[in-house]
Amino acid sequence: MGAWLIPMSTSSTTEYQASTPTGKIANFVDTRVGASPMVREFGRKIFPDHWSFMFGEVALYTFVILLLSGTFLAFFFDPSMAHVTYLGSYKPLYGVPMSTAYASTLDISFDIRGGLFMRQVHHWSALLFVAAMSVHMLRVFFTGAFRRPRELNWVVGCVLLIMGLAAGFTGYSLPDDLLSGNGLRIIDGVIKALPIVGSYISFFLFGGEFPGDAIVGRLYILHVFLVPGVILLLIVAHLFMVVVHKHTQYPGPGRTENNVVGYPVGPVYAAKAGGFFFIVFGIIALISGLFTVNPVWNYGPYDPSPVSAGTQPDWYIGWVDGALRLMPGVLGDFSFKWDIPLPWGTNTLAMGVLLPMIPAAILIGTMIAWPWLERWVTKDNREHHILDRPRNAPTRTGIGVAGVIWYCTMWAAASSDLIATHFGVSLNDVTYWLRGIFILGPFIGFIITKRICLSLQRKDREIVLHGREAGVIEMTPDGEFRERHERLDDYRLYQLVSFEANRPVPAQPGPDGKISGGEKRRAKLNRWFYEDRVEPVSRAELAEAKTHDHHDVPDALAATGSRGTLEH
Amino acid sequence: MSEQSHGGPEHSGAVEHAGVEESGKYAIDNPGIPPHRPRLADEDPRAAKRAERQVAVLFGISIIGTVLFFVGYFVVGQIGPDTEIGTVRLQNMLLGLGTAFSMLGIGVGIVHWAKTLMPDHEVSEARHEVRTEEDRQVAVGMIDDIVEESQFKRRPLLRNTLIGAVALAPLPAIALFRDLDDSDNRSELATENFGVERLRHTMWDSGVRLVRDPTGTPIKASDVTIGSAFHVIPEGLNELPPTEHLNQKAKAVVLLMRLDPQDLQISPEREDWNVDGIVAYSKICTHVGCPVALYEQHTHHLLCPCHQSTFDLTQECKVIFGPAGHALPQLPITVNEEGFLVAQSDFHEPVGPAYWERG
Amino acid sequence: MKALSQKRRHPIAGLALLLLGLLITGGLYSVASTMNQAQAATTGSTYSAEDITEGEKLFNANCATCHGYEAVGTEDGPTLVGVGAASVDFQVGTGRMPMQMQGPQAQAKPKQFNDEQTAQLAAYVSSLGAGPSIPDEQYLDTDHEDVDLGNGGTLFRVNCAMCHNAAAAGGALTRGKFAPGLDGVSEKHIYEAMVTGPQNMPVFSDSNIKPEDKRDIIAFLKEIETQGSPGGAKLGSLGPVSEGLFIWTAGLALIVGFMVWLTTRSS
Repeated sequence: MGAWLIPMSTSSTTEYQASTPTGKIANFVDTRVGASPMVREFGRKIFPDHWSFMFGEVALYTFVILLLSGTFLAFFFDPSMAHVTYLGSYKPLYGVPMSTAYASTLDISFDIRGGLFMRQVHHWSALLFVAAMSVHMLRVFFTGAFRRPRELNWVVGCVLLIMGLAAGFTGYSLPDDLLSGNGLRIIDGVIKALPIVGSYISFFLFGGEFPGDAIVGRLYILHVFLVPGVILLLIVAHLFMVVVHKHTQYPGPGRTENNVVGYPVGPVYAAKAGGFFFIVFGIIALISGLFTVNPVWNYGPYDPSPVSAGTQPDWYIGWVDGALRLMPGVLGDFSFKWDIPLPWGTNTLAMGVLLPMIPAAILIGTMIAWPWLERWVTKDNREHHILDRPRNAPTRTGIGVAGVIWYCTMWAAASSDLIATHFGVSLNDVTYWLRGIFILGPFIGFIITKRICLSLQRKDREIVLHGREAGVIEMTPDGEFRERHERLDDYRLYQLVSFEANRPVPAQPGPDGKISGGEKRRAKLNRWFYEDRVEPVSRAELAEAKTHDHHDVPDALAATGSRGTLEH
Repeated sequence: MSEQSHGGPEHSGAVEHAGVEESGKYAIDNPGIPPHRPRLADEDPRAAKRAERQVAVLFGISIIGTVLFFVGYFVVGQIGPDTEIGTVRLQNMLLGLGTAFSMLGIGVGIVHWAKTLMPDHEVSEARHEVRTEEDRQVAVGMIDDIVEESQFKRRPLLRNTLIGAVALAPLPAIALFRDLDDSDNRSELATENFGVERLRHTMWDSGVRLVRDPTGTPIKASDVTIGSAFHVIPEGLNELPPTEHLNQKAKAVVLLMRLDPQDLQISPEREDWNVDGIVAYSKICTHVGCPVALYEQHTHHLLCPCHQSTFDLTQECKVIFGPAGHALPQLPITVNEEGFLVAQSDFHEPVGPAYWERG
Repeated sequence: MKALSQKRRHPIAGLALLLLGLLITGGLYSVASTMNQAQAATTGSTYSAEDITEGEKLFNANCATCHGYEAVGTEDGPTLVGVGAASVDFQVGTGRMPMQMQGPQAQAKPKQFNDEQTAQLAAYVSSLGAGPSIPDEQYLDTDHEDVDLGNGGTLFRVNCAMCHNAAAAGGALTRGKFAPGLDGVSEKHIYEAMVTGPQNMPVFSDSNIKPEDKRDIIAFLKEIETQGSPGGAKLGSLGPVSEGLFIWTAGLALIVGFMVWLTTRSS
């Protein structure tokens, strides 16, 4: 019925005709897919500008570089574990038996122009990809950007980070060199330690016994198809949510919970963001041209007998490896290998391998659940588009630093042998110290960080009330020396006073009028969160400070002839 | 655009104050976006011209970078068997520097352009509710209609059988992965056992000679002087087909060392497992399986380079440091009539990391 | 600081500053054994009686405090009867002996005796009991026509890489001991270390690794030492740790620098 109506309606109004060739093409596309509404929606969308907002972009751009360089590598890489004798160009490995995967990696490095460069671009980008994601998540955490309405996007980010680790590890293992082979062997050992299913998962993964001839091909399809596919989908979801929510912004003049202040996409933001892609690519190219990464030719082909000193995973897996290193396998005569007599025989639990997996589970679990944990404790269910300055959320910042210290201790433990050789200390002592830091470090870090945050808040108060130290020493008429203080202008002042110091929320009775046990615990945690706090300067305090200024200081200032510093 | 307000001089954002609800909340009211401060290039046409030239120079650097890449690619030329490592390094460096200049020239140029010449007025845009109440009501109404029209609720027979069918349908896909481990169907070795039993057995057996890794030459007891360490594989390993070779090697590698017999503390049942202080231990770490290959000949410690588990050779490779949970298994050895070292039997316990069925 | 000067010699001098920053973070300097190249030309195992007497004088003056007269050993030092000339040449020639002080292990340092004195000490100690002698020149010739680099690399990985690292950058042992990096160690000293097993290194006698195979290992080491890395600066050949450290320090510093520039207003 509508089919014949459309020509009628179009004939009644004259359709727009483009005059230039570009215009014709643009108009063609526009009339087919409707580009105009999209330009209208996004063309002048506002993005706030702050350097710390760009780590996510770095992650996105390195991912694009990974796709580009990875595609090039895939044209030449042969993920086969078939046995060959290397007769290629790298002389120190000439005549050595190896797998096809390793041989083709050597060929990429030594027989294909730009192959080595692309390998290095790919590997350095991968290292930077995970690093950028990590720093981005730290930024989001410490500024409270995960709060409503962005909780789900935080979870998507967490999954992206985990998928980033998966992409990295599957890629690290592909060349089938000695280093990554021993890495796989460690993974195999950890899998075998899993109760009941461990041995079978190992057999399924490797297609039989370790190392078998299947693992490289299987990791390859995960690495080039499944994992990047999932990452791509999640990135789309992540960015979609960023558009829906609009970006957060730091507190400051003109910024409210109801607006977003910044630069429009076209032209400024698009130019900066687009230009930044080239900058990231340029930096990676620079590093790849000048610095070796993953020199597989040094490691030799995988063979279960040799191993190299300093066998470590890439940095992002390091913390798990470090947890394995920190765990004592025996304490005196007590072994963490538990043989458990059961009716059908004895089964073994390798607690020395299983226990170190718990910190990893705690860190990842807490990370994912944090928005809900914090919301439960603080009872803060409002939307937040203005970020917290980390100092204005001392307990959260403290917890974050505690987590970072915990992570970094495990991370450092993964390089305990290199710490020992490079600082001339005993390997065993390094491990003992790190075990101590692993247990105490987070607590100490929490306490110190919280204190620092509170001190910084007090300093902000000082500045608001008495102005900023101008670095000028003046003599009063009575001969006293004092430093001149300059009042901040309203724009700076607003940034320092526009935050809320949350007060503890006491336990609330439930619908039945009783206070449940869970609610009591919540109230306790809530008090722990908020009992130490520094209130922002109030209107009365500021007015009081201003009067104080006018009574006290103007004479001194008049004497030096510097008027104007006290305005505002 | 109607919802945006410019912070530009003609339309100063400074007058835009926060919403009424925020007034009085903080010590001072929101003063609004600071007035726009013009840049050099906004006021001085010569500064603008200079910025334009700078951007053009940066784009020029990018072009030079691309040329440099081609110099690296074509002038350094094809690499291959006769290429020195230094040439490969030079080519890699030229490709890297070329790409870096090419990319940084474009990137820095565009950003410099945006920073100096494009308008830099801060702009404010209103946020919207993620979900309006009106939308919610319409959506709920639609979903109710859809559920009603589908008759999903009214016909529980359809609903329940569908749920059952959908729950079962994915199971074949899971079963399909069973043959990820198809090794029991294609075993070439008659001695191979099924499933986890494979983890209990290695190639070592009574009379199998200890040979050097990787050459496969047998070892006489007299070759092994005090303080030396031999990396050992069972004889016949090198003759296995490639995959089987790696699988068996992953379990069978052994470290052979000779100590002064007086340094060894030997438990009664292992008294004849060594040959005049020559002892053989599995090289596979009992922690997670790295080769424990570091032998310190004076302290008689064996160290795993992956996680630093340390085993004391004098105490039958008991764990003295690190994450390993049990001692390295010892291979009982003896000498055959020709003076070569041979195994007395297989290991008496599974080698390598502990697993559930180990017992 | 020796590693720093090595980096400075690298063709990529333009990035020296970047590297300097990295070095200060303390992660990049390589183990950089300070073994010095000895040019001793003494070969063969026959020494003149005069060498032996001179060696005895030197021994009694410099070594007997710990190793005892006639090298029978004391509480502070083991007996040297039967360690052979190779052992003396290695320990004295690399400066490890005389030891500066008791520690987890003797460290390489500038050598205390010249080549002639080292040979005399070797002559004296080898006269006390038979032991490995200084290697024959033909097994140190890395350009020999029979040299097989692939074989050398394979043997190095099986027998040596677990302590000395696959790229010979060195590694940690227990309780403060370590296996030194092998860059800059002379062919002769590598060979002598294998046959004598200094410190806690196991002995790799000729019945374990044939002299020809030892030559392959040495040739492999010299090949990777002289060729350097095809990918650019080696970052100490320490593997993923130095790579991770690099991207977190230099890499992210570059990125953050650009970010800050990008988001600051132009003047």
